[in-house]
Amino acid sequence: MRETPESLVVDPGLDETIKKLTPEKIQTVVEHVLTKENAARLKVYSDTCVHCGLCAEACQTYISRDKDPYYSPVAKVKNTLWELVKNKGRVPPESIRDMSRIVFTECAVCRRCSMYCPFGIDIAYLLLVVRRICSLLGVVPAYLQDTTNSHAATMNQMWVQQDEWIDTLQWQEEEAQAEIPSCRIPLEKEGAEVMYSVIAPEPKILAQLLGNISQIMTVAGIDWTMPATDGWDNSNMAMYSGDFEVMGRVERLHWETAARLKVKKVVMGECGHAFRGAVYDGPRWLGWKFPPIPMVHAIEFYYDLLKSGRIKVREKYKKSVTVQDPCNTVRGRGLGNKLRYVVNELCESFIDVDPRLEHNYCCMAGGGTINCGPPWKRSRMVSNRVKAEQIEATGADVVITPCHNCHSGIEDIVGFYKLKKHVKFISEIMVEVMEIPDSLKA
Amino acid sequence: MYDFSRGPLVWIAFGIFLIGSIYRIVSVIKLAKKDKVVLPYMTWKYGLRSILHWITPFGARNMRLRPAFTVMTYLFHLSLLLVPIFTLGHAILWRESWGIDLWALPNLLSKLMTFIVIIAGVIFVLRRIADPAVRFVTSAGDIVLVILVLAPFVTGLMAYYQLAAYQTILIIHIWTGALWLAIIPFTRIAHMLYFALTRAYMGCEFGYVRHSKDW
Repeated sequence: MRETPESLVVDPGLDETIKKLTPEKIQTVVEHVLTKENAARLKVYSDTCVHCGLCAEACQTYISRDKDPYYSPVAKVKNTLWELVKNKGRVPPESIRDMSRIVFTECAVCRRCSMYCPFGIDIAYLLLVVRRICSLLGVVPAYLQDTTNSHAATMNQMWVQQDEWIDTLQWQEEEAQAEIPSCRIPLEKEGAEVMYSVIAPEPKILAQLLGNISQIMTVAGIDWTMPATDGWDNSNMAMYSGDFEVMGRVERLHWETAARLKVKKVVMGECGHAFRGAVYDGPRWLGWKFPPIPMVHAIEFYYDLLKSGRIKVREKYKKSVTVQDPCNTVRGRGLGNKLRYVVNELCESFIDVDPRLEHNYCCMAGGGTINCGPPWKRSRMVSNRVKAEQIEATGADVVITPCHNCHSGIEDIVGFYKLKKHVKFISEIMVEVMEIPDSLKA
Repeated sequence: MYDFSRGPLVWIAFGIFLIGSIYRIVSVIKLAKKDKVVLPYMTWKYGLRSILHWITPFGARNMRLRPAFTVMTYLFHLSLLLVPIFTLGHAILWRESWGIDLWALPNLLSKLMTFIVIIAGVIFVLRRIADPAVRFVTSAGDIVLVILVLAPFVTGLMAYYQLAAYQTILIIHIWTGALWLAIIPFTRIAHMLYFALTRAYMGCEFGYVRHSKDW
């Protein structure tokens, strides 16, 4: 494997853990994952790929790094999975380190490449198989593994304790009441129409978003609730670190909590991978074809509120805006046009990106890449120059990102490439521009 | 030699091709049952929708991004499939051997399509060498495969133009053709068998499950 600035990055999650590996252990784990945990897709994808390289153009890391062949999707598969298959798992620990770096920090499993492969090979899935192997071997970037450990111990991503959770909700309820006195964040309300789901970064570092949703729910007159117990966070980094056992526990608790509260549906806040975990990966691991209770993503929820007139706009947002299409809700749920409807309803001047919708470039923060932490930030930034250029070309002042990963990822890019843009969630703009009925005003 | 080549050899090649293909497809479907998240999510509607988009020229964005390559790939695959079945010489063989009356390609078109296969094949090889992204994932096997695929077309042309001893070149033509047919299920040419399966699965993942599109 060739030496790059990235292969010199120090990360104890990779450097220290490989010291405990033996060739036998590597071989056992690789064989287990390749033969016991995976079947048709792995086999057919391996046999079908004609090494045509047509997936290269899909990948932001390849484009951003001046078309360096080392970063094309198929090259990442070649340097990881093909090596493991070819050698039947007989690879040295140092190779596992390199593979872990590639699959965790140089691919955001956004699945754009699947749309460029003539055979529709799910390349992201192939790299997730390698992540699974790395996880079982314990070779995972330290920051990412910490989020998984947090899930395992506290059932949320950021070590939030139950008292902190409830306390934060009550604090934000009061904040919302400063705007609209009747605002509530109803806890444990059995039989409510909606359970609202958030991810741990909201109570931990972006608490104002909880106040925002309280205002939106109040104005729209939604019968809603949030759990006071664990099970409120399904952000699920374990899904991306390859620890599917913990991933399954998180999703099961989340759905059991919704079932306990007897809600009609779950509204997922502006987060993409939580949506993916709850709707796709979680149910499949648990042996359910689809989620037991319908889940609606915030984009769709806001669309319904605006379309039905439950939220009316007092005065549209003035600054020019553009959007980031999150992979898990646009490519992963087809919500791209609804996102544009919402943005156009809320904002005066919307400038679309190119390419757009399902074909928009990845934020290079999702899929666990941003959770790999500071050691890998520079690499992520270099890997997404094309995103900076794309956003800059719109000339918009604000980038709307209805996903936590996209939000943080774009903020990083704005800072790194000095773009002079602001990054906002939809809810931040919505509370600013929505009409508050006189009956709700103090 | 010629009699063996025209008779049993072709039978053997067809046999290997058919039995091999059935074996590969059946074993994949069996494996798909083991891979529990595949079959429950597949529907005809979204499977066919995806296949249709990807067999239509310029039906996907990646095809529109590289128009010349798209046109060449289409003509290559189309010619590759049609010429061996419908070229005049072969149409006669179909009738003589099995009494099947097939429509035959006009001679000129047949020749043109054969040239297209050969030229496109050569360009594929050159692309493998010239484009760094493709070169990085190319192995010797990929080049050998193109040579194997082109061989019956080159020898077919040589026989047509009688560029060498007719009998000899004809035998080589039959052998390379037979080899080509027999290796389909066991090499990367198996993408011919798997295309519909992988495409349909991804079409359903994007369409049926994720309410999205994959082109």
